Amino acid sequence: MAEHTKIIAVTRFDPERDDAPRSQEYEVPVQEDWKVLEALNYIKDHLDPTLSHRWSCRMAVCGSCGMNVNGEPKLTCREPLSNYGERVEVAPLANFPVVRDLVVELEGFLEKLGALKPWIMLAKQRAPEEGATRQSPAELADFKQFSMCINCMLCYAACPVVANEPDFLGPAALATAHRYNLDSRDEGAAQRAEIMRGEGGVFSCSYANECAEVCPKNVDPAGAIQQAKLANVLSWARSFVVRRRAAS
Amino acid sequence: MDSVLHYDIVIVGGGAAGLRAAIAVAEADPQLRVALVSKVYPMRSHTVSAEGGAAAVARADDSLEAHAYDTVKGSDFLGDQPVIQYFVERAPEELVRLEHWGCPWSRNDDGTVATRAFGGMTTKRTWFATDKVGFHILHTLFQTSLRYERIERLDEHFVTKLLVQDGRCGGVAALDIRSGETRAVLGRAVILATGGGGRAWPFTTNGAIKTGDGMALAYRAGLALKDMEFVQYHPTGLPGTGILITEAARGEGGHLKNAEGERFLITRDYGVGQKAELGPRDMISRAITQEIAAGRGVSLPGKTGEFAHLDLRHLGAAKIDSRLPFVRELARTYIGVDPVHEPIPVRPVLHYMMGGVDTDIDGATQIAGLYAAGETACVSLNGANRLGSNSLTECLVFGARSGAHSAAHVREADAPPEAALVESARAAEAELEALRGRQGGGETVAQLRDAMTRAMEEGTGVYREQAGMRRAAAQIAELGGRFAQLRLQDGSRVFNTEITAALELRNLLDVAAAVTVAAAERRESRGAHACSDYPERNDGEYLHHSLVRLGDSGPVFDKKPVELGIWEPEERKY
Ligand SMILES: Cc1cc2nc3c(=O)[nH]c(=O)nc-3n(C[C@H](O)[C@H](O)[C@H](O)COP(=O)(O)OP(=O)(O)OC[C@H]3O[C@@H](n4cnc5c(N)ncnc54)[C@H](O)[C@@H]3O)c2cc1C
Ligand code: SF4
Ligand code: FES
Repeated sequence: MAEHTKIIAVTRFDPERDDAPRSQEYEVPVQEDWKVLEALNYIKDHLDPTLSHRWSCRMAVCGSCGMNVNGEPKLTCREPLSNYGERVEVAPLANFPVVRDLVVELEGFLEKLGALKPWIMLAKQRAPEEGATRQSPAELADFKQFSMCINCMLCYAACPVVANEPDFLGPAALATAHRYNLDSRDEGAAQRAEIMRGEGGVFSCSYANECAEVCPKNVDPAGAIQQAKLANVLSWARSFVVRRRAAS
Repeated sequence: MDSVLHYDIVIVGGGAAGLRAAIAVAEADPQLRVALVSKVYPMRSHTVSAEGGAAAVARADDSLEAHAYDTVKGSDFLGDQPVIQYFVERAPEELVRLEHWGCPWSRNDDGTVATRAFGGMTTKRTWFATDKVGFHILHTLFQTSLRYERIERLDEHFVTKLLVQDGRCGGVAALDIRSGETRAVLGRAVILATGGGGRAWPFTTNGAIKTGDGMALAYRAGLALKDMEFVQYHPTGLPGTGILITEAARGEGGHLKNAEGERFLITRDYGVGQKAELGPRDMISRAITQEIAAGRGVSLPGKTGEFAHLDLRHLGAAKIDSRLPFVRELARTYIGVDPVHEPIPVRPVLHYMMGGVDTDIDGATQIAGLYAAGETACVSLNGANRLGSNSLTECLVFGARSGAHSAAHVREADAPPEAALVESARAAEAELEALRGRQGGGETVAQLRDAMTRAMEEGTGVYREQAGMRRAAAQIAELGGRFAQLRLQDGSRVFNTEITAALELRNLLDVAAAVTVAAAERRESRGAHACSDYPERNDGEYLHHSLVRLGDSGPVFDKKPVELGIWEPEERKY
């Protein structure tokens, strides 16, 4: 396979040594079919073992390896190096605090995800003896797309609302909550409603649609949020009507 | 020691086995405090990459007995039959639970769960969620685990040592990767659920984190690793990367062909009979290897080695997109081939370890309070060859069982003396400090790792022979010695991935030692262990499990009997 070199300019930051992030350039002999991640792994193994980045599956499913490549959020294990010129800039995902080098802090996301109760809620739990619930292929299709999120965080790095409003629950977490609301086996929508339509909820979304555009798994979080807005307006209106009736 | 944390049960690993165990503990006793310790966020665990499916009897035309027999035969009679019996009985319930927890299983038109064919299984009993089954199982378990407040996660914590005192396990020593702080994480029971160690080989389907950590932790604590010579080569890995193309591609009707376009599993006798592409993995990997050796391999410009073709074209775009969309995505992204129009080049690739920490049917080890489940354990379900789609179910069935048993254990057991446990954790901390940024004169992590993977590939491939296995065992022992001179450059505490890579390398070297030593002791061919110089199975001398323990001067070999039951060993022919 033909080899040539590219300059990989990596944003480095070690909180124990650096006051601010700095860029470090590496000359990497790359192969035609490499992904961006393979260049980073080459640096780690052959040029500079002090570089820190997360990766594992290298098959676009574990969600570890999101980074900003030439300013755009990308899944580096699936992003071909050949999409770029002779100099490629790799930086940590935008909109997240940086732990070190290319590693960002995910705690905020995990708290948001947990707060949205992403599990099946039922008035009465099903027992295993009842066997599998029936779900038609059409009912499955209602939510399947929104269950494909690998938590890679590219959408948070792309989202203009996340950039300005750190408490915004954000595309992936809201899409996941909506996925459970849409699941024919779930009865938890009412319990998720308060947080979904509260501060930082679906109504913070300005429908910039950046999340859907960068998502490597075609989850369409923007679409999920639009659907959730509508569902929440309707259920809110319904509850309002019911309350009015009860009062009168 | 930066902190000492107290729990009732410590679970190491957040893959399918660890998460299932955690939920089992929470269900058994909601008062118990569980630490779920994982070196990556749980949803990054390599369970995420499983594609094809999870086995459990579901259809009227199937039976528990058939699932059990297929598994026994697949194991080449080295699986323990009472374990297999228990497994097939509990499998359906476990997959139903996942269904109740929201797993998006693919469906038949009538809304029942769909099943597909898989290698070595006599009927369709593999449940699937298109071809991203591990991903959906993992996220379903992870999200479900969030509802239990008493499951407290220690994410991105790397466990470096088991804390054992007076024959009892009382916790683990861990490095908080993000802060660089060290912790003693104490509990009256510990469950190891750390997955396999495919990264000891250069060409593998396994992600970077699969470094055999739990096996090595147990081994260094004096426990036996069982049946380590049995490692599974999956027939269909992509050239270069080793990324898996799932067996479901053949389950849905795909064909394997050689360079001449011939379906060699049908035209030649490789022992798979009518099953053809749905034969067991060990046999099909050998068939491909032989086709290549006979000069009928496919070569690819720019790629070393030769390949077979996995042809899906006759399935058509509609079926490929509805049943195998991830296969299509992977083939296009990672080898530039669209399976709708071209056959996919593939070759056997190191995939799964049948061996692991020796446990009983409850997941219990020889150290009181220490359990193991999932790929890191060897409960003897898989024997000499695992059937595809049994492993995810294994994680669930035995994750749940070890969770329930550890919950019962801590009701009775009291903790070993804390001072001694913390002292032991301090020793682990001192070792870590000595390693960080160590200016040894020797090789880098990457150099030593490359030497190890080369030795393993040469000595323990699809086919093995005595001289090669002995040479590999000697090389691994020598490389183990060289670890002491490793040269590290990163002196920082925060997210130091050089030191974690070094710790992983040390673990892999221990795993590799056990694999090569056990392999050289088995002078027969059984399941995945195919010796060119001992081509026959030899039940007279080798119908036993291998055990390798760490002695004062290196690995010590031992054995123990297989538990048969209903089925006596017979010739394994399909
Ligand atoms: C590509 C691929 C496809 C597969 N497809 C299938 C399939 O279709 N069907 C099937 O049945 N099986 C399949 N398998 C096998 C199956 O997926 C695995 O055996 C199974 O998922 C292992 O799960 P586990 O919970 O044991 O370990 P893992 O999912 O590997 O999880 C290990 C956990 O342990 C943690 N850990 C490890 N070391 C440490 C440490 N030192 N400190 C702290 N934490 C640690 C990790 O962070 C992780 O959370 C496949 C395997 C691969 C590689
Ligand atoms: S919605 Fe898409 S971009 Fe966002 S985290 Fe999920 S997979 Fe990544
Ligand atoms: S390494 Fe897993 S998604 Fe890229």
